[in-house]
Amino acid sequence: MGQSKLKTNKDLFAAFFRVGLLGFGGGPAAIPLFHREAVVNYKWMTEDEFGDTLALGNTMPGPIATKMAGYIGYRVNGVIGCLIALAASVIPTVVLMILLLGILQKYKELDWVNSMSAAVVPVVGVMLAVMTWDFFQKSGQALGIGRAILFTGIAIVLLEVLNIHPAIVIMGILILSLTSFKKGERSK
Amino acid sequence: MIYWYIFLAFFIPGILGYGGGPASIPLVEKEVVDRYGWMTTQEFGEVLALGNALPGPIATKMAGYIGYMEGGVLGAIVALFASVAPSLILMVLLMVTLLKYKDSPKVKNITRLVRPVIAVLLGAMTLQFFMTSVDTSGTVQTVILIIISYWLLEIRKIHPAMVILLALVYGAISGIV
Repeated sequence: MGQSKLKTNKDLFAAFFRVGLLGFGGGPAAIPLFHREAVVNYKWMTEDEFGDTLALGNTMPGPIATKMAGYIGYRVNGVIGCLIALAASVIPTVVLMILLLGILQKYKELDWVNSMSAAVVPVVGVMLAVMTWDFFQKSGQALGIGRAILFTGIAIVLLEVLNIHPAIVIMGILILSLTSFKKGERSK
Repeated sequence: MIYWYIFLAFFIPGILGYGGGPASIPLVEKEVVDRYGWMTTQEFGEVLALGNALPGPIATKMAGYIGYMEGGVLGAIVALFASVAPSLILMVLLMVTLLKYKDSPKVKNITRLVRPVIAVLLGAMTLQFFMTSVDTSGTVQTVILIIISYWLLEIRKIHPAMVILLALVYGAISGIV
């Protein structure tokens, strides 16, 4: 028992340490990496739960990376797990930042430093594209392809055309789903 | 007293910033530059640019660094706590409640209805990343990098960590040449 707990804690630390060190472009860029570790690698949660976590994380203010790390850590091993996941995703990069700032300041004009992080941007784009397609396909399986397309269309109009804040859209779905009586299936 | 100010300076952006860390950066700047005068706009811009060159969440890198500059190690801890804890606690409480009722049809409905919204949000982020890349690396290079990384990630099934490291090496080399 004690050993498996230790192993879990080690896994948690390793997973979020990797996510922290590989996520270039801030927290949102690390979402595909979180998905990879939590759903694919360690199977700490299902695709569905990951989607719900991401949705709720988006309705809440504050950095997304620490909300994801903290919650996944909590799910896996309670408060300790939460703290380990947070420490692993935050501390290494903060320490790096404090230590390297002086050195980096000298080299920040150098092209190769800048083009290093620039080259990662399209890679993250591809990972996000793959996740987008996954979520769309999963919607198709759960809602039927017709309704999945309809709901995706509605979501595009609300979020991208009318520019309604995602937090409001997700809150709306939460409230509609929880208050609708009967089957609640019809409510958009 | 300085610790209280550090707490406030990062607590407020953490509570008001929707859309993840990058969305809260202007709010942090407002506190750090306008309200407390810990650094000038230009200094803030420089720290931000360097923060973006390093991996990891940007909000906590900024909080940790600025907290450290103003109040040493304890200042860094206070700033990190203020930016992370409030929204995380809320998140854990809400998710735990949601999970308790996860078999109720209403909560199942949430999961199903929220999925298209997440797909659209991720899709919009995808576009944003591609567009940023076109701006900074040019169209041709972006398309080549997209094709190669898709091939490595999805067809050769190489671990994302490896692909990111390869991209970093490629970027460094292309920057020197």
